[in-house]
Amino acid sequence: MKQFSYVRVTSGKAAISELSKDKTAMFLAGGTNLVDLMKSGVTNPERLVDITRVPLATIEATKTGLRIGALAKNTAVAEHPLVLKHFPLLSQALNAGASPQLRNMATVGGNMMQRTRCHYFYDTALPCNKRNPGSGCGAIGGFSRMHAIFGASDKCIAVHPSDMCVALTALDAVITVTGAKGERKISFGEFHRLPGDTPEIDNTLQRGELITAVDIPFNDALQQTHYLKVRDRASYAFALVSAGVALSLKGNNIADVRIAMGGVAHKPWRLKEAEAYLKGKPATEEHFREAARLTMAQAKAEEGNAYKLTLAPNTIVEALKLAAANGNI
Amino acid sequence: MKDDQLMNEEHSGTSRRSFLKRTSLMTAMALAPETVIKAAEKGLDEKIAATIETMPLNVTINGVKQSVRIEPRVTLLDLLRERLQLTGTKKGCDHGQCGACTVHIDGERVNACLTLAVTTEGRDVTTIEGLAKGDELHPMQEAFLEHDGFQCGYCTPGQIMSAICCIREGHADTPDEIREYMSGNICRCGAYSNIVDAIMDVKQGGKKV
Repeated sequence: MKQFSYVRVTSGKAAISELSKDKTAMFLAGGTNLVDLMKSGVTNPERLVDITRVPLATIEATKTGLRIGALAKNTAVAEHPLVLKHFPLLSQALNAGASPQLRNMATVGGNMMQRTRCHYFYDTALPCNKRNPGSGCGAIGGFSRMHAIFGASDKCIAVHPSDMCVALTALDAVITVTGAKGERKISFGEFHRLPGDTPEIDNTLQRGELITAVDIPFNDALQQTHYLKVRDRASYAFALVSAGVALSLKGNNIADVRIAMGGVAHKPWRLKEAEAYLKGKPATEEHFREAARLTMAQAKAEEGNAYKLTLAPNTIVEALKLAAANGNI
Repeated sequence: MKDDQLMNEEHSGTSRRSFLKRTSLMTAMALAPETVIKAAEKGLDEKIAATIETMPLNVTINGVKQSVRIEPRVTLLDLLRERLQLTGTKKGCDHGQCGACTVHIDGERVNACLTLAVTTEGRDVTTIEGLAKGDELHPMQEAFLEHDGFQCGYCTPGQIMSAICCIREGHADTPDEIREYMSGNICRCGAYSNIVDAIMDVKQGGKKV
């Protein structure tokens, strides 16, 4: 690992001020991704601003929803009684990710900021437009088994690896960030971005801004949830495809539904068209299939990830079935 | 070839050090009291360079307060193994994928390989060496012996540290639950079934872990 200077701060204001002292400076939270990237030489900050002691780890109910501090640990969120009661999907998604050790370290903000696990991004000997803009994309025409089928560009086909972010996208969460110019809100679906011509930019957070909290609006009607993660082994692996579903039924009719997918795009992939189609319809496999078909109309695969064109719709259908049956299939 | 490599390494080491020497002298002249400047002039700038690139760290490890100076880039794993000779904690993948480096920080299991040591200031770290009380093994260590929860033994310290938390967290009620909540610890020998038995045994034995 290259040398860097280190400073520990205890307030958001000090964090932002310390970050501005070096163009390459980065915030350090759980470190589960950043320290690894620094070991591999992918990310080389000359200054780390340790924010782990900034008091931003509170999880509390507000009048309209649940507010989760950006430094709340993944474990703390997954096991919090208010999360389990109001947003079981979030808990399921978090517990589907990483290992207990990593979830004890990783924070909500850090989870959002984690980089892709594309092998071409990690291997500094190989081309990657995300790591080294203009060097090309090794995954296009290369090993693309883990890669995107939605919203990719001819510069990058990497996926965002988070499970938590899939749930927060489905649940219409809103992010609060603060910077030298003050505070602003970003809706979760607008936070991560598609690669386009600038795959080196993962999200819409501006340089010098600090994520402080995530708010999830209460919607207790959406109590039937399922997070289905398909991966190479039963636990502790990144998603090939995942689907998070939260829905409410009136009789057998779908009163409301939210669906998002992971492992398929450069950002958590919200299925708005499928949601609109399903609303008001009976919760039958036939309708789930049609919702999946509508979603897949935009999909495009490489040779290596062509199997996802079958796996993704099947995952959508299965997750909807499991949510509609409350897991009792 | 080998000599060239050695020379290159030596050379790059020297240039970094001499850069720090120069900067340390300048910094000393700009900021420090006269004694420091004198020290620098007397050729003690090695020490000043070391002071600039390292940081103080006070951390309790297995109940013992440790005060060291380390570079910020040193991981907790390397601090334990290379500086404090606590080699029970193992380096497997060094990328947070295998769990061999699992230790407890303030009672919670974490990967020491992804933890920068400087971030543990004021914290309480427990390693495998901190479990036994004299000759009396921790119940989980006993259970791993009893159930043959290992073959080569390399992953064992991490497995045991993780297993203790698996019970403390309340995730050891069934073999399935144990398998899920022990998934961050890989065993290449495949001692998994015996590891699950050991954990179930400790859980059902009801001894305090």
